[in-house]
Parts: sequence; C-alpha cells; structure tokens
Amino acid sequence: MANSATLTTDTRSQWGGGKSPFSISYGKLMMWIFLLSDAFTFSSLLVSYGFVRYSFSGNLETPWPSPDQVFNHFPFLHGMHLPLMFVSLMTFILIFSSVTMVLAVEAGHRMAKKEVAKYMFLTIIGGAAFLGCQAWEWSQFITGSEAGKLMSDGSIFHGANLSMNEYGPVAFADLFFIVTGFHGMHVFSGVVLNIIIFIQVLNGTFEKRGHYEMVEKVGLYWHFVDLVWVFVFTFYYLI
Amino acid sequence: MSTHTANTDGTNHDAHDHGHHHETFISKYVFSMDHKMIAKQFLITGIIMGVIGMMMSLIFRLQLAYPDMKFPFLESVIGQWGKDGKLDPNFYLALITIHGTIMVFYVLTAGLSGTFSNLLIPLQVGARDMASPFMNMLSYWFFFLSSIVLLSSLFVDGGPASAGWTVYPPLSALPKAIPGSGTGMTLWLVAIILFIASALLGGINYITTVLNMRTKGMKMTRMPLTIWAFFITAVLGLLSFPVLLGAGLLLIFDRSFGTSFYLNEIVAELAGGIERVGGSPVLYQHLFWFLGHPEVYIILLPALGITSEVIATNSRKPIFGYRAMIGSILAIAFLSFIVWGHHMFITGMNPFLGSVFMLGTLIIAVPSAVKTFNYLATLWKGNLHLTPAMMFAIGLVSFFISGGLTGIYLGNAALDINLHDTYFVVAHFHLVMGSAAIFGMLSGIYHWFPRMFGRMMNNTLGYIHFWLTLISAYCVFFPMHFMGLAGVPRRYYANTAYDQFNVFVDMNQFVTIAAIIGGAAQLLFLINFFGSIFKGKRAPQNPWNSNTLEWTAPVKHIHGNWPGDIPYVYRWPYDYSKPGSELDFIPQNIPDADQTDPLDEPKPVHFDLKNTTMPLVENKEA
Repeated sequence: MANSATLTTDTRSQWGGGKSPFSISYGKLMMWIFLLSDAFTFSSLLVSYGFVRYSFSGNLETPWPSPDQVFNHFPFLHGMHLPLMFVSLMTFILIFSSVTMVLAVEAGHRMAKKEVAKYMFLTIIGGAAFLGCQAWEWSQFITGSEAGKLMSDGSIFHGANLSMNEYGPVAFADLFFIVTGFHGMHVFSGVVLNIIIFIQVLNGTFEKRGHYEMVEKVGLYWHFVDLVWVFVFTFYYLI
Repeated sequence: MSTHTANTDGTNHDAHDHGHHHETFISKYVFSMDHKMIAKQFLITGIIMGVIGMMMSLIFRLQLAYPDMKFPFLESVIGQWGKDGKLDPNFYLALITIHGTIMVFYVLTAGLSGTFSNLLIPLQVGARDMASPFMNMLSYWFFFLSSIVLLSSLFVDGGPASAGWTVYPPLSALPKAIPGSGTGMTLWLVAIILFIASALLGGINYITTVLNMRTKGMKMTRMPLTIWAFFITAVLGLLSFPVLLGAGLLLIFDRSFGTSFYLNEIVAELAGGIERVGGSPVLYQHLFWFLGHPEVYIILLPALGITSEVIATNSRKPIFGYRAMIGSILAIAFLSFIVWGHHMFITGMNPFLGSVFMLGTLIIAVPSAVKTFNYLATLWKGNLHLTPAMMFAIGLVSFFISGGLTGIYLGNAALDINLHDTYFVVAHFHLVMGSAAIFGMLSGIYHWFPRMFGRMMNNTLGYIHFWLTLISAYCVFFPMHFMGLAGVPRRYYANTAYDQFNVFVDMNQFVTIAAIIGGAAQLLFLINFFGSIFKGKRAPQNPWNSNTLEWTAPVKHIHGNWPGDIPYVYRWPYDYSKPGSELDFIPQNIPDADQTDPLDEPKPVHFDLKNTTMPLVENKEA
C-alpha cells in the first residue's frame, strides 16, 4: 500500500514539470531524438534496397548476385575463396570499438580522466580501422575480378561503378555504394566527433565542467552507428 | 512553504539567459537566439513567401480563365516567359510547381509551425527559451537559405522545377526531360534538403523543450492544446522528413550520377547516354508520400491547435473534451503514417494493398470528427467574443468540414479511379489543408499579434479581411468540385482542346475573378499587419482575458520571458466561466484558495443549478 503510494507520487512529480521526466539533460534528449530521426533516414535507404532487390526476384537474365561470391577477398591472400571473412572482421572491429566506448563512458562516471582518454583513443583507432577496411573493400569492389564481364559491345568490363557492374545488376552496385557510403559518412563524422571530444578530455575541459556527459552523447551516436551497421551487414551481406 | 519560492530545480537555463549582455543590432534582429524574435523572423519570411506563392497562382489562374487572351503586362512582370502577353506553357508548369512547393513547405510548414511553435512553446510551457537557442537560430537560417535557393531557381536557364510539387520521376530524374528538369530541379532539391535540415533542427528543439522544460505544475495533461499540437507536429516532422531526405538523395544520384533507382528501362538516348534499367518511379512515390501524407498533418495540426485555444478563449468556455482532443491528435498522427498509399491508388499498386490503405484513410474521419464536434460543442451556448481571431478559427472549422467530407470520396480506392488528378483533388486539398491551415495561421496571427508586437491589430480591417477571404476562398475552390467530377484534369495549361470542357469556360472565369478578389483582400491584411506593428494601439497585458501563461509575461519582450521567477502552474488552461469564481477566467498560474502544491488538482466544482452564480465578465468591450 505504502509502496504503491510512493510510486504514484513519483510518476506524478516525474511528469509534473519543473524537471526532466527522464531525468536527463536536454542535450542528451536531443541526441536520442536525432538518432530516432536518423534511423528513419537509414530505413528509407534500406527499404529502397528491399524494394529494388525484390523486383529482381525470379529474374534469371540478370539475377541478384550472391554476396558470398562478390565479397570473398582478403588482403594479402590472393586467389583464395574466403566468403565474407573480411567484412566479418570489419564488423568485429566496429563492435569492439563500441565496447571501448562503453568503457570510456563508464570511466567518465568515475571521473577517471586517464582511462577516459585511453578508451576514447581506442575507440578512435577502431573507427579509423573500420574506415580503412571499408576503403579497401570499396577499392576491391571497384577494381573487380580479372575475368570481368563481357559487355554487349564485346568489351570486357572489370569491377563496378554507378552505371556498370560486372557482378550483376547495376542496382546492386548503386545500392552498395549509397548504403555503405552513407553509413561510412556517419562513421567518419563519428570519428571526427570522437577526436574533438578526445582532445577536450586531454585538455581537462570535462574535469573542469564536473562531468563527462559529452562523452556519453558521442557514445550514443557511436552505438547508433554500430547498430545501423549490423542492419546494413545483415541486409547487404547475409541475406 | 510558500508556493512562489524560486524555481530552481530542473531549469538549467535560467543562469545564462538572465545575463544582460550588450546587444547589437545584428545579435538582436538578425542572428537572434531569442525564440520570440525567431518566431517573428519565421512569420515575416513566411508572409513574404506566401505573397509570392499567391501571385503565382493569380498568374496561372489568369491563363486558365482566359486561355486565348493576351495580357501585355505579363511580359513586363515575367519577361521572356510571358512573350507578347502569353504565358509560356513550360512556365505554367513551373508556376504550379513552385506555387505548391512554397505554399506547402515554406508557408504552411515553416511559416505556421516555425512561427507559433517558436513563439508559444517556451511561453506557454513556462520556459526561459528553447532548449537550444543556438540550434533554434540555425533552424531559421537554414530555412532562410532554403527560401533563397528556391527563389533563385526562378532565374536559371530552363526555369524552375516543373514536375509538380511532388516532383515525380521521370520528369524530375532525367535532366533533359522538360526545360524545368535541369538546373531548376537541382536547385529545388538543394532547397528541400536545406529545408529538411531546418525542420529537423527545429523539431528536435520543440520536442525537447516540451518534454524537458515545462515549469513546475505543467503536467502533460495541463498543457494547452496548442502545445500538444505543436509537439505532435514536431514528432511527425522528425519521423517523416528523413524519409524525404533519403528519397531526395537517391533522386540526386539518379539525376547526376547515372544510377537508376527511379528509372525503369528508359532508352539511353533520352536518359543522357546511359542505359537505365532496374528501378521504378513507384519507389519514389512510396518514399515521397511516406513524408507527404504526414506532411498534411504537419500543416493542419498546428492550425487545429491554434483553433482549440482561440475558440475556447473566445467562447469563454472550457474546451469540450480536452482529453478526447489530445487523443484525437495522437490518433491522427499515428494513422497519418500508415495511409500514404491513398495517393497512389492508380499507380498499379496491388488492389488488396489499396483496400488496406483505404481502410486506414477512412478511419481518420473518426478522430477528425471528434475534433470537429468538440469545436462545435465548445461554441455551443458559449459567451462568444467574435474577435477577428475567433472568426478565422470558426472559418477553419467550416473549411475543415467542407474539405474533409470530400476526403471520404477521395480515400475510396474505387472512386479514386475517376477522381484522381482532377480538379476534385485540387478543390479537396485547397479547402481542407490550404484554406483551413491558412485560416488557422491568420487566426493565430490576429490572436497573438499583441503578444508578438505589443500592439493591437485593427478589428474593422480584420473583419473585412475575414469576410472577403472566406467568401472568395469558397468561390474559388467550391466550383472546382464540379469540374473535377466532370473529369477536368489538373495541371493542364489549357482545356480548350476538349469540347466537353467548354461548359466550364464561365466557371473558370468566375474562379479567377474570385481569386483576384481574394488576393486583393490579403492586401488589407498586409496593411493591417505592417501598419499595426508601428501604429497599432498599445496592447494591454492580457487582451483576450486568456488563461495561458504567455499572457503573464511582460508585454515588452525581455530575454528569459519572465523578469523574476518562472510562474508555477496550478490548473489546466481552460478554467473559463468556472462557477464560483469572481471572474470568468482563472489563469493557470493562480492557485486555488487552499492549494499549496502545484501538482495537486484544484477542487472540482459541483454544479448546483439553483444556486450557481455566473462569474462576472471583466472589461467587456464597450
């Protein structure tokens, strides 16, 4: 009885004004709301991907290629068939950078400046490594295989760009560039944000401020970017 | 404990907004971070865009009414597009496109939501300013830049975008399709992307401010319905504009980088040398209308919110069904996301899907009817103060009914086979979202002008403006229903090639004359608006005897809105004519006699019909 009474008073004062109902600052709430809207941007691209890909179902002339056959390269290992090994490594790196980000946020709660700096640094390295991997993946995709594809005019075309594609329908390459490119842009801005925050951590900005909330905010963004990659990876590489 | 102690908890903005730093002209009027100034910037930009959009409509209405006549003045107004006084057919398409774009996005989204969300959210929830004044300023400047880019497209080679305001591919995707598909279309896309940035910056701010920065006692169920409407509008914009961003991104790639998301087997010769295969224009339509339908409610909800407030205040009665009003806003918002297919019934979409979209569409009639009947019930036996704002609010209800009813026809997949792309559609949306939303906006301007500029507008001019606008709007849009039912297609330069439409020659002339009268009536409004800014009567503290918090702030605008502490809120905003009260209104910041905790509800009044004394009416107009 007494318990339920406190509970109602709590929700009452929680939403009664004069304070944040979620007990978070306006900045963090804004980040959440922004991420929600950004999720819709990615959804629109992924839905377009589904729409276009579905239109190729049953198309025997230009079938949708199997990602296993396209993304089967690994640096320094020529001529081996290693389906999705490299992209799995990329995914692992990105998810691992999320772990270091969590550790940075946690260290921020303890006001442990050195640890925050260490884990922020590792997160930046992880993000940069992911971007490097993506650059390699793209260049591999653009260069294409030695065999190439015989075009209608008798020439042989290697690799892919926005209007030609040796692996299958042009739309496959278009969507690959746009979806992973849009995600890569987000990772890039995330790395830039992380670097700014890292420098501020080193300068002791947050120590003076008394809290490391900015680290949490970029952390939210970073986790979101990772989460989106999981979807991109699933839709683009796995199914 | 005194109830008026300092409001220290939770409002972390008090500190930096109180600083009386030196202000220059630029920081006060141009790059202002004060929400009240930003609201005025949005309003005045919106009015300028509205005038431009309206003039465009008059030019193409002239063409529709008198397709064979020459108007020499056109050449001096629009130059090469009106050679020898004849409107160029390509420019006709450009005019309808830019008219639609300006009215939908620039006037009724940014001009309406931007103005009143900015002005009223902090003032009505009791906050010093928006959560992030800086982002708020950015929101306006992105909007301003976007307007400039859109207007500049009027002056490029080939003219502005001409594929209609929905810019369907292939006209929008192939730069060589029609003259307006070139640079003009590119600029349209740039303008819209800037606009989306502005809408997102604004929306994030509105939502955060409403959730996080209400003053003590301002529970969600004590918020004025204006705030509820602005809040849900911001949520709609936040979730739908990103999808337009995605659609625009793919369209840019199709136009400039040779992809074919929206193009299905267009021969290389037409498509600029590249074979296009594999895409579908229907994909664009799905993405566009996922924004496009919520957009209708982004336009309408703020107008409805304003109407709720104005009708309740000027009927001197509590709004009828406050919680039902909130519920209907939420229901409309939810449904608006799952009905976009009703714009695409005849695109070849699976008919079963069509029936699903039809069901959702017709269900929207329920919350809309709840709102309509609540307005009527609020007016019923009210002590009506027919101020110009009130007249426009009642006008909105009228348009909402007459335009809403035709929505039931258009939402029907079978009837739509006949009605789509005819003047019936034009009539429908110009009444229900065009005129209704404009009336809501005008109502808001007349009602909150004293709050914005500290002066009153002229009532007589207001009444003339109202009646001329109401009558001319009905005269313009009502006849279009009959033309649409007879099959007259929209967006045609002239219908002279079809003998069966000759019966509508007189009707077209009638519509155009009514449109010109309606346009002239807006001159009265402009004179009243800009004249009153400088010459209007000084506004009293609370000119409409309203309950909401914005009227407790000083008439002269100050940073931080209230000179001392932010007032606490003790009641809902609709305590009008409360039995037992001396006055016929009790502002939200006034506690009941024994009410110490703002979170407690004031005692309910038990009606005793025999012994009830009606409250006095303060300073009734002489």
